[in-house]
Amino acid sequence: MLAILRSAIHRDLLLAWRRRSDVATAALFFMIVVSLFPLGLGPDPELLRRIAPGVIWVAALLASMLSLNRMFSSDLVDGVLEQMLISPMPLALIVLARVFAHWLISGVPLVAIAPLLALQLGLAPDLLVVLVGSLALGTPILSLIGAIGAALTLDLRGGGVLLALLVLPLYVPVLIIGSGALESAAAGQSAQPHLLLLTALLILAAVFAPWAIAAALRISVE
Amino acid sequence: MNPPALALRRINWFHYASPQTFLPVAGTLVPWFAWAAAAFCAAGLYTGFFVAPTDHQQGEVYRIIFIHVPAAWMSMFIYLVMALWAGVGLAFNTRLSGMMASALAPTGALFTVIALWTGSMWGKPTWGAWWVWDARLTSELILLFLYFGFMALHAAIDDPRRADRAAAVLALVGVVNVPIIYFSVKWWNTLHQGASVGLTAAPAMAATMFAGMILMAFAAWMYTIAVSLHRVRSIIFERKRDADRTVQYAKGLRQ
Repeated sequence: MLAILRSAIHRDLLLAWRRRSDVATAALFFMIVVSLFPLGLGPDPELLRRIAPGVIWVAALLASMLSLNRMFSSDLVDGVLEQMLISPMPLALIVLARVFAHWLISGVPLVAIAPLLALQLGLAPDLLVVLVGSLALGTPILSLIGAIGAALTLDLRGGGVLLALLVLPLYVPVLIIGSGALESAAAGQSAQPHLLLLTALLILAAVFAPWAIAAALRISVE
Repeated sequence: MNPPALALRRINWFHYASPQTFLPVAGTLVPWFAWAAAAFCAAGLYTGFFVAPTDHQQGEVYRIIFIHVPAAWMSMFIYLVMALWAGVGLAFNTRLSGMMASALAPTGALFTVIALWTGSMWGKPTWGAWWVWDARLTSELILLFLYFGFMALHAAIDDPRRADRAAAVLALVGVVNVPIIYFSVKWWNTLHQGASVGLTAAPAMAATMFAGMILMAFAAWMYTIAVSLHRVRSIIFERKRDADRTVQYAKGLRQ
């Protein structure tokens, strides 16, 4: 069982490694979106410091959505998806491995770059730990919820925009709690309640989302 | 073996789950619910505008609640009913359930828009702003997005069965998320701004005000049932027409 999961993750990582530019595109998009805000709002350091948590989180939301479209579509074309569906392994488990691989490819780079962007916006250095922690807990939830949308909109016309319409409202709690962690840390309070809530959401999503993704995949491929 | 009388009396829960048997039933029910909606609406509006007293704090502006509050109730309730039908459709694989869910969605979205619209019309004279990022307003707005997502997904899929089932999964995911969204938005709201506007601190309501609101809520219920039954009939007809056309086309090819 573990061997199949490991091979699923390994395959996705290998594919991503062969197409490195795709991974870089999402990370670059993240950087560009964050840099647009100072250009649009003016370089006032006080203002930028105040909006930094929200800006970084919104940009991370959008950037993590970019690669969702491709999550299952190439598998549909080359027949891997059908093999997943008829495999004796539980589909939900395979899907969980795929989502984990997706997070490694699209979420982890965002977590890694975020401190740099936060410093650019003037966020206090002692908040960087909270930023990295909240993003590390929040981006897997985004991958899990996003995968539901990706499975539902598989092979549909206008899939990308439709996917955004389906997924972004469901991202709202993650955005609120994630940026809230930074806000309360910046106000000198403990960020722990927010981080614990994010952990709770992550566990909830990790338990239930794979079932929804598996059901959606079966509906889309039939 | 069961005696025949007992077997006859056993209820077949799936009898009306077939579109063919449901179609005539829905057809006879629609006018009844429509007239009930009209009657309740007339009674509710009369009570609301002529019987209910003027509010001593807000003046006449408060009368928007006779439309606003029932619409807000319905907007949330319809989403739950929609998700319920979606779940029934996925669990029992009944065709009618998916049709029911997609028939309810536009009415739910309509009530959400009405609730937001009337809320902002009330907010301008009372709070001095068309829009406030209050917890209730924000979560109602996100509810509207959820309705739009449901309808957009359904519209994007050509095969009606796949559309029903995919939208059903989305509705169930949405209904799990609705409480999480509501509480996170509420929390966000208390975190960011102090309670500048006391929505909950409403003064005790006069009995006639309450009566008008309840009558209008009944009107909204009846309207929803009438309209969604009518829409289910249209969906059944549309799908039958598509099937008939396919048959005609196939016959044409054979000649």
